[in-house]
Order: sequence, then C-alpha cells, then structure tokens
Amino acid sequence: MFFYLIRRVLYAIPIALAVGFFCFMLVQIAPGDPINAIVPADAPGDLVEQVRRDYGLDRPLPVQFGIWLLKVVQGDLGRSLATGRTVWSDLSSAIWNTLLLASVASLIGFVLGCILGGLAGAFRGSLLDRAATSIAVAGVSVPHYWLGMVLVVIFSVQLNWLPAMGAGPGGSADWAWDWEHIQHLILPAVTLAVIPMGIVTRTVRGLVAEIMNQEFVTALRGKGLTRSGIFIHVVKNAAPNALAVMGLQLGYLMGGSILVETVFSWPGTGLLLNNAIFQRDLPVLQGTILVLAMFFVALNLLVDLVQTALDPRIKRA
Amino acid sequence: MSTTSTTPTAAEAELAVQAKQAAVHSQGYWAGVWKRLRRDPVTIACALVLLLMFLAIVFAPLIAPHDPYQGSMLRRLRPLGTDNHILGTDELGRDMLTRLLHGGRLSWFMGITPVFVAFIVGTTLGVLAGFAGGRVNMAIMRITDVFYAFPSVLLAVAISGALGAGIVNAILALTLVFIPPIIRVAESVTTGVRNLDFVDAARASGARAFTIVRVHVLGNVLGPIFVYATSLISVCMILASGLSFLGLGTRPPEPEWGLMLNTLRTAIYVQPWVAVLPGACIFVTSICFNLLSDGLRQAMDVKG
Repeated sequence: MFFYLIRRVLYAIPIALAVGFFCFMLVQIAPGDPINAIVPADAPGDLVEQVRRDYGLDRPLPVQFGIWLLKVVQGDLGRSLATGRTVWSDLSSAIWNTLLLASVASLIGFVLGCILGGLAGAFRGSLLDRAATSIAVAGVSVPHYWLGMVLVVIFSVQLNWLPAMGAGPGGSADWAWDWEHIQHLILPAVTLAVIPMGIVTRTVRGLVAEIMNQEFVTALRGKGLTRSGIFIHVVKNAAPNALAVMGLQLGYLMGGSILVETVFSWPGTGLLLNNAIFQRDLPVLQGTILVLAMFFVALNLLVDLVQTALDPRIKRA
Repeated sequence: MSTTSTTPTAAEAELAVQAKQAAVHSQGYWAGVWKRLRRDPVTIACALVLLLMFLAIVFAPLIAPHDPYQGSMLRRLRPLGTDNHILGTDELGRDMLTRLLHGGRLSWFMGITPVFVAFIVGTTLGVLAGFAGGRVNMAIMRITDVFYAFPSVLLAVAISGALGAGIVNAILALTLVFIPPIIRVAESVTTGVRNLDFVDAARASGARAFTIVRVHVLGNVLGPIFVYATSLISVCMILASGLSFLGLGTRPPEPEWGLMLNTLRTAIYVQPWVAVLPGACIFVTSICFNLLSDGLRQAMDVKG
C-alpha cells in the first residue's frame, strides 16, 4: 500500500507536466503571433519587440516552456489583457464560486443518484427500476444549458420564485449562507446536478444489481439475515466504486460548469473563461484551464488513493 | 430475487460470453441481433424518430415554409401557433420552424462528424496499442492518460477557445475530445481478444500480424467499439451545440440549434416557450441517440 501510494503520486507528476505543456501550447496553437496574447494589438512596434525580449518569446520553444513553467510554479499566471490585473487575482475568487456551485450540485446529484440507483438495482425490472432508469437517461441526455433556461422560464419568469442570475448581493466577493445568497444558488446547482445524478444512478444501479446476484448474498439470505442486514453488506461492497465515480464527477462539474455559469451569470471560472474567449484574453484562458485541469489531476489522484484505502479487495503494491 | 438459485455461476457466464465471442463471425449472430432489436419497442421508436428528423433536415430546403435568413422586424417573437408561423418567430422575425429544420443540419453534422473521425482514428490507435503491446502500447496509452486529465467540456472549450470560433475548429476540438476514450475502449477489447486461443492458433499457423488483425481481431472488436462510439454521439451533440451556445461554433446568421438557443436567451422574458424550442430539439436528438445506443448494446450483447 505504501509503495503504491508513492508510485501513484510519482506517476501524477509527469501527467501534471504534460497538462502544463498542453496549456502552454494553447497559446502557441492560437492563430497569430503569441505576442498578441501579451500586448494589445495597437501597441507600438518597439514596445512589442521589447516585450518579446522581456518575455523570452525570441528564445526556442522548449526554453520558453521552461521559463513559463518556472513562473507558473511560483504562482505567476501572467496578466489579463482585458483588465490588466494578474490572472490569479480574478481566478482566485472565481475558483471558490465554482467549487461552491460544483460541490452543492455534486451533493444533490449524488444523494438523488444513490437513492434512485440503489432502489433500481435492488428491485430490478420493477416499475420503480424503469422510472429511475428513464430519469437517469434523461439526466445524461439533457443539454444542461437548455435545462437551465427552462428552469429560469418556470421558476423566475412564470412563478417569480427564484432569481434568474448572479450570486446575490455583493456579487462574487462575499458569499454567506443566508437565503439572500442561497436562493441564487438553487437553480444553477439543480441544473448542474442532473448530469452526476444520471451517471451515479446508472453506476449504482449496475453495482447493486451485480452484487445482489453474487453467491454471498444468497448465503446471507439463506442464513436468515434481514433485509437491512443484507443492505449493509451491499453498501459496503458498492461504496468504493460508487465513491470513485462520484469523486470524478465533482471534477467534471468543476470543468464542465462553464455552460451553466454562462446561463446564470454565476461569477465562477466558467464565466471567466467565457469572457476570456469573447475578448480573446489568452492569458486568462490559459491560466483558468491550467488551474482547473490541475485540480482534476489532484482529484483523480485522491480518488484513486481513497478507493485503494477503502477497498480491501484491491491489493496494489 | 427468487431466481438466484438458477443464475449461472460466474465461470459459466464467462464461458457463455466466450462462446458468443467465438461465434461473432457466423451469420446467425447478426440475425440474432436484428431479432432482439425488433422486439425492443423503445429502440425501434428512437430509430424511427431519428430517421424522421434526419429526413426532415436533409429535405429542409424543400419542406421549410419560409426563408431561414429572411426576417421582418414587424413580426418579431410571435408566440407558438401564430398563423403562417406555427412555431412562432425568433428575435429577428424569422420563422422558427424553418430555422429549426435548417439548424438541424449543422447540429447533426457537428454532432456526428467528430465521433465518426474519432472512431476511425481512435480504433486504429487503440487496436494498434492493444495488439502490439509493449512500448507501442505504453506510448499511446500514456499520451491518452494526459487527455484524461481534462474534463471533456473543458478540453473542448480550451482547444476551440484557443483556435478561435468556427465550425472547423469546433469539429477539430470535439474530435480531439473523443479520440482518447475510444482509444481506451479499443485497447481494452483488443487486449482481451489478443489472448484468445484462436488468435494463438492463427499465429501458430503462420498468419502475418496484419492478417490476424484484419481477419481475427477487427471482426471481434469493431462491434463493441462501434456501440461505444454511438453512445458518444449524444454527448457530442450536446457539446457541439454547447460550443455554439458559447459563441465558439457557428456564427450568426447561420441557423444552428445551440446558437439559436443563445441568441434567443434574452427572449425568455417575452416568448419563453419559443426561446426554449432549439434546446428541445437537441434534447430529443440526444436522448434518442442515447437510447438507440443502449438498445444496440443489449442486442449485440456488449458488456460494459
């Protein structure tokens, strides 16, 4: 176990480096001179040349990558073209908002997914199973940005119950757990929750059905164990895999909330990315994607380690 | 669970699967698949809906009642059921039904093309990795791992955001998103088939590697990879329209469901049910492709 831990952590390093290289290349594959990602298009020629030298953009690509990497490791993601602020200053508040939204959405999705999937798997072939499976298919097939609009039409436009956009008074700066703020969170979180709900339902249903078919469950039933007793055994067997799927879903939501954040003007990384794309603000685009991807790499690692620790059947050396 | 006692043991089930795998080449297999598909009303219904939609968008210029680009400021945002505009009009007074029919062409094209290209590229690389093993496998699979470090939406947005808006860039970005998962599936099924006895037998009787892949491996792995690829069409459709929704795919005034949804966003306060129509089209297409893929998976008895 200890050696597996060391090896798994060491393996994450080349992945993280490669992810960094990919993000570095994003600016390179962008049409036009990468210098345009740093200085505005209307800057005078000698200034452009000076910035080019300062940033080392006249050096070979591998050297540039090294310089860039050194800066990133020190937390310097460059400056936004649009605002002139450092990328990190905008990103640091946005990332908390996205984490908040994604966590609440994951929680809703996981709870619903586990209940629906567990029931569907336990009573396979029943009406309940069919209903849960249909909800799951709808959940993974629905364009969530559209679902967000439909929810706004129903709950904001028609019923006027919940606000349609923003993150409440104070914007992104001060979040508090009061109704003023929470009411802004409900619609985006529910919208974002349908994806993990669908996927978790499918996964848990498959896991529970598979476990219920195993011989040890028959044995448990044979020795006269109650339903709830068997339920505990099933949960213990399904938990590691289910948790792994859920953990990854949180990561997918972190990166995938861009569309929902755009619909609800939620001041997170998605909105930041959207604005960066709109203004062709490549440093912001690069920095945001780098941080989100690194978060995903770290989460992957964590999920793997937790799964190994939880599941005594996995013997990794 | 009263039938538990008659359930075959794991070993028996595995033997059955192997027997089925070995029988893939016999003619009875496809007849069996078709027989199972015919008895599955949901799958048939989805296939019919998709066929109807496909015909409608292919013949859109013939059946659409109006011009998709010609609007009128005098009849902007009319409600559903308006005379002459059964599905209302959009924010520039263009007929919604016409634009939905025409918009489906790009949405379908952008939803299917990336998966198709990724299927060809991913299958090639995955089968190569699975069959060659060793260092080739290492190289291909480790590069695949890197792409797995990005959530798919983020990867698509990153690439097309850097390349700039446009249909070609969006398709390129989506193709890159779908190649790694197809490589993984192709690699794992190929590795499974490579170790089966009949491949050893072919090798022992002197068949060249290329012949083994063509005759013995591809026939056994294409089915599962294809079923997996069909399940990606639904995701790709949502992502493609999502990119257009963000302004990264098609540009106005070109009709496309995702872009229409975006330009109609402000209209949800005026004509909410007209504004959400393009999304409903994406939803119906996506769910039908998903259910069709599920049906195919069951009919073809593909695991996973």
